[in-house]
Amino acid sequence: MSDTGIAAGHAAAPHEHHEEMDFWSKYVFSTDHKIIGFQYMFTGMFMALIGGFMAYVFRMQLAFPGESVPLFGQVTSGDYNMLITNHGTIMIFWVAMPVLIAALGNYLIPLMLGCDDMVFPRLNRLSYQIFLLSAIVLIISFIVPGGGFGGAWTAYPPLSASAEYNHTDWGSSLWVLAVALEFAAFLLGGINFLTTSMNARAEGMKMMDIPIVVWMINVAVILFMASVGPLIAGAVMLFLDQRIGTSFFLPAGGGDPVLWQHLFWFFGHPEVYVVLLPAMGVVAEVITTFSRKKLFGYKTILYTTFATGVLSFTVWAHHQFVSGIDPRMGNIFAVTTLLISIPIAEIMFCYVATLYGGSIRLTTPMLWGLSFIVEFLLGGVTGIYLGASAMDVYFHDTYFVLAHFHYTFFPIAIIGVFTAVTYWFPKMFGRMMNETLGKIHFWGTIIPFNCIFIPLFLLGMAGQHRRIYNYNNFPDLATENLQDLRVFATSAMVIMLLFQIPFIVNFFYSLFYGEKAEKNPWKANTLEWVAESPAPHGNFKELPKVYRGPYEFSHPDAKEDYWPQNVPN
Amino acid sequence: MAFHAPIATGRSNTGIPTGRLAVWWLLASEVFIFGGLIASYLLHRLNNENWGEIAANTSTPAGALNTFVLLTSSLFIVLAHAASERKDIARTLKFIWLTIGCGGIFLVVKAYEYTTEISHGFVLTSNVFWSFYYTATALHACHVIAGMFIMWMISHDVKISKNLHRVELIGIYWHFVDLVWIFLFPLLYIAK
Amino acid sequence: MSQDAAHGNHDARYIKIWGILVVLLAISVAGPMLEIQVITLITAFGIAIVKALMVCAYFMHLNVEKRYIWYMLIISVAFMGIFYFGSAPDVMQGSGTQWKDCVLDKSCVPTNDMAKDSVNYGILR
Repeated sequence: MSDTGIAAGHAAAPHEHHEEMDFWSKYVFSTDHKIIGFQYMFTGMFMALIGGFMAYVFRMQLAFPGESVPLFGQVTSGDYNMLITNHGTIMIFWVAMPVLIAALGNYLIPLMLGCDDMVFPRLNRLSYQIFLLSAIVLIISFIVPGGGFGGAWTAYPPLSASAEYNHTDWGSSLWVLAVALEFAAFLLGGINFLTTSMNARAEGMKMMDIPIVVWMINVAVILFMASVGPLIAGAVMLFLDQRIGTSFFLPAGGGDPVLWQHLFWFFGHPEVYVVLLPAMGVVAEVITTFSRKKLFGYKTILYTTFATGVLSFTVWAHHQFVSGIDPRMGNIFAVTTLLISIPIAEIMFCYVATLYGGSIRLTTPMLWGLSFIVEFLLGGVTGIYLGASAMDVYFHDTYFVLAHFHYTFFPIAIIGVFTAVTYWFPKMFGRMMNETLGKIHFWGTIIPFNCIFIPLFLLGMAGQHRRIYNYNNFPDLATENLQDLRVFATSAMVIMLLFQIPFIVNFFYSLFYGEKAEKNPWKANTLEWVAESPAPHGNFKELPKVYRGPYEFSHPDAKEDYWPQNVPN
Repeated sequence: MAFHAPIATGRSNTGIPTGRLAVWWLLASEVFIFGGLIASYLLHRLNNENWGEIAANTSTPAGALNTFVLLTSSLFIVLAHAASERKDIARTLKFIWLTIGCGGIFLVVKAYEYTTEISHGFVLTSNVFWSFYYTATALHACHVIAGMFIMWMISHDVKISKNLHRVELIGIYWHFVDLVWIFLFPLLYIAK
Repeated sequence: MSQDAAHGNHDARYIKIWGILVVLLAISVAGPMLEIQVITLITAFGIAIVKALMVCAYFMHLNVEKRYIWYMLIISVAFMGIFYFGSAPDVMQGSGTQWKDCVLDKSCVPTNDMAKDSVNYGILR
């Protein structure tokens, strides 16, 4: 095949073009998987700032209703709806997905599999460009006449389907368009990930030698691919409803709004696992490295990951227990929802068993990794109440739900990302991060995080509904003790946001002036640590061969307490 | 700067060439997109008994002709693939162009159908059946157009005997487009 | 057998399969003319499935491809089946236990008689 011929010719002189590249072709239109990974990461971080700012504005409104919010001004009810909708949308689609899957996948998959790039570098670049376009479209949707879309990130019709109801004629259409573009970008990226992992592994690397994080990213990509298709079709139908005036989801014209809920949650629930699995993979890498112990139950983790993947397709309607769905279906979905906690719990037990008897090193990435287990556990356990259909009738759409999914998404999208960034920073940028600042940032994030969401559980149990702009209009919810909880949560949130400053300082200071990192600062086994820090274009001087699994720590036959995959013996 | 394919692209741990593996994954994701649309249509269709009468307004002969055209184009592209495997450039090009021609005929027939239906007053917003009809067929037509465009691009490479394996890849995609139509035809035209 | 003859045989086989597909198409168009619903369903959808499998096997060369490509595609379709059957009891039921779809059901009259509804739809005991 001709591609092979080109590759062989290229291999003889892999780096000769490296020096000639100007800024644009090196950082903007690069086809290098690492640069594309960074592009995703920095775009995601930028969007996280927007999403975080939105959360700040609406939390301030809830704590001090009607007062002018510093840096924003007066919050109208329309603003409030737009802010909560786009906070959710941004944090899931433009922060968690690009950073956890796209950035980490792009950066890690070729390095960990010992190849010089993704198998389709130009497709990879295209996928980022479509993603960037989708982010721009979303940001434009905030400033068009009528304002940004305010129908919640789930976009239930008929509210989302007709400008008559939502009053955001352009905002809602641009929102749908942005989401659809983003899906297309990740489908392209996902095909690249899967093909690379299946076909381009280093010589000698068997299926069971692949690091867990690569496995989990790939399972996540398959879940995404399999769940998003119906929603792409649904997005087209919703867009036609909005712009052409069809009635796919409008009951007045014979359409069915509940169908959208099914299409959305058939995607929406697997989506939770799409972002969860890469984060769990990152935590597996970190925990085993800093316990200096072989990962407990590699195959068990792998098979339970598959089980989670399959089960995640059978639980979606637990989001719809009060949508008027058939109660008999409710029973089935309640059972499957409770079932899915089993494989996830099993993975958690494997992680704890990895820690048992290890010589644990409490570096910053390890602290983040450990806190992931603790915090996500709380999120998972509270989910069981919501999965039981009878309990859900009361809890549905209260702050209990909100606190529950923030206890799952925060560990995934924030703790997981910080675990990954602090762990791979030396490889990404060739310098070490400052440990002291890292620990200040860690405690300054984790403690306020719990202070935000534990009060919200209490508010939810007191019956406080979501998506309400001003609780003063509800005498039962405007009591002083409930308002105190709101103020407490908001204060904790502001403190947490302020504690992100040490991270940003640490990140950029270390980027330019940090201590130089060696090739393998954490003494880990996987292949990315074989490359130089930072890894050059083409990754490896000589493509590595693999002789063993990725987690051979403290092996009796090895000379040291770690045994890299590429060392013959 | 000229683009060089990385070494990774030439590797093949599974034994399936990288390009073909990617096309299979692409098709798997397409199955979900069309699957979601067709499942939504079926849910409505089985729920609305009067849709049989509305569906009677679609033109079965035109649909059957289009099915025939696409089946034939599938034959042409598989013959092009067979010819490309024995490096018979002239024959490969001939069959690629015949396939593109079939795609063109398909679109002309489709356009004729749309015109007739619109002139009878059946437009996208008439009711949910027609919304599904136009959405599904238009989404399919977009795939036909994309396939024709990619074939045209590949034909340039074929002329200079470059990247001949891509004839097989576009062939697999084109058969999938045919497959979707095989299901849309009974769903929208035959079942009355 | 020479190389060319072997390929000639391949081409001939493709044309034969195309012939079978066209015959199947003719049957599926002719089926509804009998105006028996069961036969229409079988000729329309049964034949569509047969045609699809033939195109997959012989034109897309799945008969000589690695087995797991089959599994991949079949699992894709199966997941759509999960979606369909998970949504169907819900979406297909225009009227709920406590409300009716008065857009489609012209005969519907608003009623508070829960017991009557429960009997009608057989959901609550």
